[in-house]
This record gives sequence, C-alpha cells and structure tokens, in this order.
Amino acid sequence: MGASRRRMFLIALGFLAPALVLLAGLVLYPILYTVVRSFFSAEGGAFVGWDNYVTMFTNDSTFTAIRNNVIWVLVAPVACTVLGLLFAVLLEKIKWSTAFKLIIFMPMAISMLAAGVIFRGMFQESPNLGVVNAAAVAVNSAFGGGDAAYPGATPRGDSGLIDDSGILAGETAVTAGSEQNFPLVGLRADDVPTSAAQAEDAASAGADQITGTVWLDVVVGGDGTVGQIDDGKSGLPGIKIDAVAADGTIASTTKTDAAGRYVLDDLGKEAYRIALPASNFDEGYQGVSWLSSGLITAVIILSYIWIWAGFAMVMIASGLSAIDRSLQEAARMDGANEWKVFSRITAPLLSPVLIVVFVTLIINVLKIFDLVYVIPPGSSKPAANVIAVEMWTVSFGGGSNQGLGSALAILLLILVLPSMIINVRKFREERKS
Amino acid sequence: MSGPATHVRGKKTLARSILGFVDKGLVNAVLVIVAIFWLVPTLGLFLSSLRTVGDSASSGWWTVFTTPAQLTIENYASLLSNPTITGSFWNTILIAVPTTVFVVIFGALAGYAFAWLKFPGRDWLLIVVIVLLAVPLQVALIPLARMFGTLGIFGSIFGVILFHVAFGLPFAIFLLRNFFTQIPAELLEAARIDGASDWRIFVQVILPLGGPAIASLAIFQFLWTWNDMLVALIFTNSGSQPLTVAIQSQLRQFGSNIDVLSAGAFLSMIVPLIVFFAFQRFFVQALLAGSQK
Repeated sequence: MGASRRRMFLIALGFLAPALVLLAGLVLYPILYTVVRSFFSAEGGAFVGWDNYVTMFTNDSTFTAIRNNVIWVLVAPVACTVLGLLFAVLLEKIKWSTAFKLIIFMPMAISMLAAGVIFRGMFQESPNLGVVNAAAVAVNSAFGGGDAAYPGATPRGDSGLIDDSGILAGETAVTAGSEQNFPLVGLRADDVPTSAAQAEDAASAGADQITGTVWLDVVVGGDGTVGQIDDGKSGLPGIKIDAVAADGTIASTTKTDAAGRYVLDDLGKEAYRIALPASNFDEGYQGVSWLSSGLITAVIILSYIWIWAGFAMVMIASGLSAIDRSLQEAARMDGANEWKVFSRITAPLLSPVLIVVFVTLIINVLKIFDLVYVIPPGSSKPAANVIAVEMWTVSFGGGSNQGLGSALAILLLILVLPSMIINVRKFREERKS
Repeated sequence: MSGPATHVRGKKTLARSILGFVDKGLVNAVLVIVAIFWLVPTLGLFLSSLRTVGDSASSGWWTVFTTPAQLTIENYASLLSNPTITGSFWNTILIAVPTTVFVVIFGALAGYAFAWLKFPGRDWLLIVVIVLLAVPLQVALIPLARMFGTLGIFGSIFGVILFHVAFGLPFAIFLLRNFFTQIPAELLEAARIDGASDWRIFVQVILPLGGPAIASLAIFQFLWTWNDMLVALIFTNSGSQPLTVAIQSQLRQFGSNIDVLSAGAFLSMIVPLIVFFAFQRFFVQALLAGSQK
C-alpha cells in the first residue's frame, strides 16, 4: 500500500514538476523577495522600515497615482459591467446579434498599445485632426452655437471706430434713428464664411432703431474706396452687435445678415455706444482640450471601456442564455412590466456572472498600465498617473528607487487580496455543491 | 370561452405588438449607433495609416471620403523596409509562439494531475494556483530583472518567454483542470484496465478529448503574449524587442511619427485580428471558462 501511494505521489510530481518549479521560482519567490525589498532603501543597502510606505502616501506623484487608481476602480468596472449588461439584454431583440457581438468584442483582441494610439489620435485637440473635436465643432455649429469667428479683424483706420481690448465700438455714442457702419480689415479671405453676400447699405433707421452694415472693407484685386460699400466687398454675416447704454447695460442686441446689415430695435431716447463684442473675433468654438490634465483620466477610462465592455457583454450574454426563461414568461403573464421582470427575476439570476465579471475587471483595472503609458502627452502624464505606471517609472523608467517600486508593487498585491479571497471562496462553494 | 375576456386579451396583444414594433425599431437604431461608435476608432486608425505624415498634420482621416486620392500604402512600404520594425515583428512571433507552446504543455500536464491524480495536499495546492491567478505581475518585475541579470538572460527573448510562461501557468492550470474534470471517468477507467500508464492516458485520452479547451487556452495565451508591452518594455533590449515596444518608442513625437505609429499599430493588430476572427469561438470559451486573469 505504502509503495503504491509513493508511486502515485511520484507520478503526480512528474506531471506537476515543470509548472511547480516555474511557479515557485518565478512567481512565489519574487513575491517574497519584493515584500522584503520594500523595506530597504533605493539601492537596497539599508533597512528603512516603513519609510517606503510612508513616502508612497506623502509623495505628490505617488499619491496622485493612488488617487487615480481609486477613481479607476470606482468608475471603470461599473461602467463596463452596466454597458455589458445593457448590450447583452438588448442583443436578444435584434437579428444581427452575432455581428454586433463581434464588433463590440473585437477591441479585446488588439493590444492596449494600439488602442492607446487610436484614442490619442481621436482626442487630439485640433478639430482639424482629432475626430472627437471635429464632431464637437460640427455639432456646435449645426445647433447655431457660438458666434461666427472672425479672428484678427480690426477696424479700418479713420473710420470713427476703436478697438477696446478686443471689443470694436464706435468712438462716439449715437442716438436712435442714426446709422453706424463698421468697415473691417485684417481678415483672411478664408475666414469669411461661404454664406456671406455682397455688402449692402442698411435700410434707414426708424425712430427707435439704429442700423448699419459690417463689411470687409477690401476688394479682391485692390479696387474700391476706403470706408465705402463698393461692389466686390463682402458683408460679414453672423456678427453679434450690442447697443450699450451709458450705464453699461445692453439695451438691445442682434446679429448681422448675409449682406452684413443689422437693425437694433426698441431703443430709448438716450445715446448708445454700438459695440461688436470680442467673442466675434476670437477663434470660435474649437472643441475641448481632452488630453489636458483635467480630462485625461476620463479619456483613458473611455478607451478602457471601449476595450472591456465587450468582455462584460459576452460573459453576461452567455449567462443570460443559460437562464430558464419560464420564470420570466410566468411573471409577464401575471402582468409584471419589463423593468420588474428584469430587476426582480433576471438580474438576481444573473448575479453570479455579474460578480465574476466585476471581480475580473477590478483585478484588471488595478494593474492598468499600457493605456496610461501611451495616451497622455508629456504635459498631462503626471495628472494621469496610476500605481502600475508609477511603479515602472520609479524602478525602471528614469528613477531607480527599487525600494519604493517594491512597496508600490506590494500595494497592488494588497489591493487585489479581496478579489483573491472572493475567488477562493467561490471555488470552495463550487466544490461543495 | 367568454367573449369579453378574449376581446381584452386581443386588445392587449395588439397594443403589445405595436409597442414591440416601436421597441424593436428603437433597439435596432440604438445598437446601430453603438456599433458605429465602436467601429470608428479602428477605422480611423486604419485610414490614418494610409495617409502621409503631411496629410495627417493638416487634416483628419475623414477627409479621405472627399479626397480619396490621398490614400497611399507608402507608410506600410517604409515600415516593411525598416529593419527595426521587421526585426521586432519576428521577435514578437519568437516570443508569442514558444510561450504559448510551453504554457499549453506545462498547463496540460499539471491540469491532468489536479483533475485525475490523487496526491496529498492536492486541494491546497489548487487553492494556491487560484490565489496566484490574481497576482499582479508587478510584484515579480524587480526580483526577476535582478535574477535574469545574474543568469545572463536579461534582455534576451528567452527571459521574456520564461516570464510569460510562469505568469500564464495559473490560468492555464485552472482552465484545463476544469475542462479535464468533465471528461467521463469511465473513459479513463477503461484505459487503466487495459493497462495504460498515466502518461499514455494523458496522451491518448486527455489530450484528444481536451482539444477544444487546449485550443481556447492557446489562442488566449497567444493573444495575451502578442499584445504585451510592459514585460517586454523591461525585459528586452533593442535587439529582442517585440512590435509593441518598437512602436511605443515613437510616441514622444506623436504628430510627426504618426506614419510609423498608425501603420505600426495596425500592423501589430493584423495577426491578433486574424486569430480573433478565425477562432473567436475558442477565445470566448477561454474567457467563459476561467476569467480571473
């Protein structure tokens, strides 16, 4: 008996040996080494106790990294799981579900480096280059947002106009019933929108009106009289115009038409300064600085969701397909609405798979590295920092503080402990049943 | 059967089918939009990779729809004549293929032992494997860099393979053990009665029957290793670096290196995409079977 048990043991050992040697030497031993190493100095010469752990929470860049990791863990797994659940439920109502699954799941196959290059490109600041800002600018102008942009426009000299820190206005105030024209120069031809027409004289003003024209006082080819509305001079449409009373309140406001004409109505007896606000002359709406320090983490999390929502969807969809549908049908027969069916029956039945997805995502998000390494440009790298990137930076990329690096690695290990315990528990329960 | 009751029921189903129709249209519309959102990033990268640096510096990739003349394979041509890139492409294969082979072999051997052999401490050992599933590889970077340095394999392809094999094993063992336990015991008993040794049972019963599971694991591990950047960033040098590392070195000047970055990133995606579309069933299987990695 003893001999045969020993034989069994040796056979098992034979099958297990390669894996055990590798796991012991390259995973278990390194964990112990890193734990010990985290109590030693940067070069490893001196025992420093808890110093590295104290540094971790007091040093600005490590602390930012830890704070960002908390944001990641709070946002990314929930977002991926919710989206995955939503997709998995909606999938069942369409005929092209296989194609949809493939499309959403495909990013899982590519490297995070490639995904990072993709998102870095998409969120570039210039609306000429980044598709997201291009779309933002297009949507903004489609809904009439923002004023027409005439960057660099200045009044023609000797036209009775002044440039008051970006606001163009008449030098003297005018009363209702009069006219105030704005001959402008300093614009490039391609800053004039295609909607612009030949400039025309404004209709004469009524008793409570002030009228006038805003035009580009330049004729291509060089003809024309300075300050006059000649043939070939373009009106400037969409310019915002204010009638400003002596106390600074805006009494009336309007915009120029295609020929550059405007009419300010409902004016009183006093004199008004007619002003073109500075917003007419800035660059106009240029989208959002996505890759700046304030938004960078949001953008990177978005790229993560693009990759991992498909994982959640596939897992949850297979969980859904394993559910016995008769319960749902019965509830529907009893008059329960779809939301009740989902929240009272489907969701509870799905909870085991939801937990698996959620735990997997948390383990994965904690050690996020590639996306955060790739997406932020140099200026917003510090703001985007996470523990895994900081660990790499302090111990390999530049700094060579392997004491602090080890402490950061151990922090990551401590953070996944709850997930490990959940995994082990789940395994034990499955064995029992 | 009473008249009013059927009437009410009929009304209900009519209302329901109208609702259902609107519902269906809405769901279809929403999912079409979602699908477009999910496709645009990849499409954008692909089209960017077909434009020159000059074009990419002055306008976005979507302008190819109005001026398709700017499309060119120039970036790919220069990429493929760049020895750093072609060398790193080979390195990626030289890293990913052996890693996959070793993970599958060692994982299958151990998986069989855990599934079908009785030995003291088996359950405890299995729990250790499950704990190791979630260990972040960061804990091994510093000690293994040191150990590989001492052994003289730091910077070599062999070192990267060793690292990936070790960290791929917990998932491999867990996945294959779960599959192998589902093989009917009668099959193994029959073989045993015929006098087959454990080795023969493993080769002639387990491996053939575990084929789909092994394929799932192989595809998963291959993609994982192919796409890795962190381990390679530390454990390779300019001679042994894979594609991901070669491409990331261009990131500092994103705008002026966009030709290498976009074409390179897409080149690095081609193999995973082919593998994914050809074997996605197995890939999904691997995720479903054990998804703690």
